[in-house]
Amino acid sequence: MIEIEKIFERNVPGVRDILLKKTVAVAGCGGLGSNAAVALVRAGIGKLIIADNDVVDLSNLNRQYFFIDDVGKKKTDAIAVHLKAINPGLKLVTHFIELTPGNVPELFKEADLLIEAFDWAERKAWLIQTWCTHFPDRPVICASGLAGYGNTAALRIKRSGNIVICGDEESDMSMGLTSSRVAIAANMQVNVTIEILVNEQK
Amino acid sequence: MISVNNRDKVKWHKAMTVRDLLQKMHYSYSLITVTVNGEFVAKEDYEEYEVPDNAEVTVFHLAHGG
Repeated sequence: MIEIEKIFERNVPGVRDILLKKTVAVAGCGGLGSNAAVALVRAGIGKLIIADNDVVDLSNLNRQYFFIDDVGKKKTDAIAVHLKAINPGLKLVTHFIELTPGNVPELFKEADLLIEAFDWAERKAWLIQTWCTHFPDRPVICASGLAGYGNTAALRIKRSGNIVICGDEESDMSMGLTSSRVAIAANMQVNVTIEILVNEQK
Repeated sequence: MISVNNRDKVKWHKAMTVRDLLQKMHYSYSLITVTVNGEFVAKEDYEEYEVPDNAEVTVFHLAHGG
């Protein structure tokens, strides 16, 4: 019998108790989303809602939190197995669906905060617009510009109101994508998320 | 004076819209997200949304990748 709370024994005191009561939605389960989901679970999030309509491809393995045995599976199914293997007590809702401005408000209505984990910039734009229109008081943590390799110092966090952007705001995925750089951006999103969720409780 | 991205200063004029500001700064519409004094402004409102004097405007660039 696993004592779930022992998983978080090394957390900063008090953080797990706060995160346990929170729900985070993750829009997309690729390079950003899969890594962000894992970090959130390890940090002690209580509930995640993850949506993606893609299947795992071999070429995803250079940056996405999937393994050879996941190839061909729905990303939402594959990530569910990995997340539950970290914290079996996690509340997880997954949607194998193409997100649209029409369905986002309903699918993510319970979430305290949204992590934007899309790839195409046009989709990032409408997602931010939809979220800010329907839930203007809830934070949306986005990522823009995480391609290439190295150049770590260019990855920044900018905030205005309830919108946060992590990344360099310019590197395009056509340059190529590196495990570490993508994971840094995803983990910046999670680090900011934790800060916001903990601070709003204080 | 309007401050853009905490860095650039733009001279304000009466009834300056978001569209006016973006044109002055040579931003194209696509692939950006704009806030005025911390409030998100929808793309379809750029033509009408008036930026107040001394506003802090943020223009985030959205790059492909994720």
